Amino acid sequence: MSAVVDTHGHGHGHDHAGHAHGHGDPHGGYGGLMRWVTTTNHKDIGTMYLWFAGFMFFVGGMMALAIRLELFHPGLQYLHPDFYNQLVTSHGLIMIFGAIMPAFVGFANWQIPMMIGAPDMAFARLNNWSFWLLPFAATLLISAYFMPGGAPGAGWTLYAPLTVQQGIGMDFTIFAIHILGMSSILGSINIITTILNMRAPGMSLMKMPMFCWTWLITAYLLVAVMPVLAGAVTMTLTDRHFGTTFFNAAGGGDPVLYQHIFWFFGHPEVYVIALPAFGVISQVIPAFSRKPLFGYASMVYATSAIAILSFIVWAHHMYTVGMPVTGQLFFMYATTLIAVPTGVKVFNWVSTMWKGSLSFETPMLFACGFLFLFTLGGFTGLVLSLAPVDIQLQDTYYVVAHFHYVMVAGAMFSAFAGIYFWLPKWTGKMYNETLGKWHFWLTLITFNLIFFVQHFLGMAGMPRRIPDYPLMFTTWNEISSIGAFGFALSQLVFLYNLFTTLKRGEPAPQKPWDGADSLDWTHLPTPAPYHSFETAPQVK
Amino acid sequence: MSVVAENRRMLVRLALVAVAMFGFGYALVPFYYKICAAWGVNSFGETGESPANTQVDRSRTVTIEFDSNTHGLPWYFKPAVNHMDVHPGQVATVEYEVVNERPTPVTGQAIASFGPQLAGEYFKKIECFCFNQQTLRGGESRRLPVVFVVDPKLPRDVNTISLSYTFFEVAGRGGKG
Repeated sequence: MSAVVDTHGHGHGHDHAGHAHGHGDPHGGYGGLMRWVTTTNHKDIGTMYLWFAGFMFFVGGMMALAIRLELFHPGLQYLHPDFYNQLVTSHGLIMIFGAIMPAFVGFANWQIPMMIGAPDMAFARLNNWSFWLLPFAATLLISAYFMPGGAPGAGWTLYAPLTVQQGIGMDFTIFAIHILGMSSILGSINIITTILNMRAPGMSLMKMPMFCWTWLITAYLLVAVMPVLAGAVTMTLTDRHFGTTFFNAAGGGDPVLYQHIFWFFGHPEVYVIALPAFGVISQVIPAFSRKPLFGYASMVYATSAIAILSFIVWAHHMYTVGMPVTGQLFFMYATTLIAVPTGVKVFNWVSTMWKGSLSFETPMLFACGFLFLFTLGGFTGLVLSLAPVDIQLQDTYYVVAHFHYVMVAGAMFSAFAGIYFWLPKWTGKMYNETLGKWHFWLTLITFNLIFFVQHFLGMAGMPRRIPDYPLMFTTWNEISSIGAFGFALSQLVFLYNLFTTLKRGEPAPQKPWDGADSLDWTHLPTPAPYHSFETAPQVK
Repeated sequence: MSVVAENRRMLVRLALVAVAMFGFGYALVPFYYKICAAWGVNSFGETGESPANTQVDRSRTVTIEFDSNTHGLPWYFKPAVNHMDVHPGQVATVEYEVVNERPTPVTGQAIASFGPQLAGEYFKKIECFCFNQQTLRGGESRRLPVVFVVDPKLPRDVNTISLSYTFFEVAGRGGKG
């Protein structure tokens, strides 16, 4: 915790918000479970998104542990290869659609209205529905395991022709993706409308906190690409049951077409996950550097540039399908071009820290971990963007290492940074700093144990998605598996810290982070009242 | 306009974008095939020499007569059958028996000729001993197959094709020399 005393802000901490409890029951007359089912409050819904994401994070994590257990030694020990493939598939789908995306929607729900001075999201009831679609989609996704033939084992990318052939579990997955897509689209429409229409007077777009900017752009990406994924899985569905032949080669379809449509969604999806993470980091680093974000305008433009470029690079996921050299070159140059705006962001974060009055509480530690490891993941991405290199590394553990550096060390580290950063604001209670630091260092070390060695495995040619491997890969796999179990145990430190904080945490100071300067910190008391900004604040 | 009404308008617009993008996913299908055609990739086996229509024309029957000769070669060389009735387009096989009557190895090359001569270009040999030189050890006997198809484009007035093979000795290859 910072020792520097807050000299501004909460003294005039918006009296009105404190009165909000005065009129009537804040929970709409329902108690218990029905309060959560019927709530239209952005804070309640944000909380539910975060709990859901946390739960799915542990479900997907258990699957990862089963995978790493099987890979601890060569040979087939615990899992049938089919079941192994199903776990790999579900792990990917659950972590992306069930854990990371809902976690950042949770942050958006909590923070965006408070950051722009709005009383709630633009469509409060729709917001409730966006969330409540998720548990049903997740149930559908997991119940595929209990169908004849089990869950689909085609990988999270759901490539044809496997998806055209697999059992009824595949149909469950397709419908689950439809529902998840609907939830994302509705959530995104809500976020865009809230940001564009509900800002407090004086809060111009270029005054918004960076987190709101990255979410605005992310939400546009989602509205543009989730329907394309819905189309791709719908085509798979009609190929399976209604005699169409989009991807079914037996009827003249083309499985490579699926890959194009999927990655037209899939690459922007990568930034759907990364951009909100960038947003959280852009709030945390200035707060702990006690300096405004360096190069705010260039951050906005860099984020937009990344989003636009993400639409024209998709085929770098499929250099080996036999596309013409012209195509490979185009996608290769376009992909390497993304390194420019991404570099702008990384250098801006580093420049924010430059000559700042730095302190390293847990959120900042996770942000620094993010900065270092995400940049590493970006570099391996640059390696993979080169078509001649990628032909060698395609579908090896190098790719697995790369995307876990950007997904786990990128998105998940940033989510942890966000939780530690905002938990005092949301609950009014302070987490245990020592445990937080333990959580960070253990997570950092075990993460690298798992994934750093996978670069070597990939360079040596170990393919991904196999339950067995040649003996020469044993040592690195053992290290990786040991890391995985260590990583899982480290997350128990987080759970313990979270639950003890919620149950009997110390009251949080009004503004625990000196450098935090968004409206939620300067204009609202801690904890944030159930109804905030019913009268819009005036932003200078 | 009130905020609520403005929000509604925004909702409708963004929902329309989502619906349009769903359609865009489907629009990628024809777009993909156009791009492939423009770049000449993924033409699904239509490039190069495509096999001719081999559908069997059962409305007509052609008699193939087999003839065999040797030219200065001490080989016994006779077809297993003297003639055969086939439909154009039908894959047929005929076997020739060949015996080297010399005690030393001999290499020969068979040359085909057709009667009428124009029938030659409609007589498609899929497999034939005439594609390679044949070397027989002294006293060896072999059965050599010819797999062929008569092209359905064979002029309708041709009802009989004579196929004649003549074996010539390839000098200097394990023979006289």
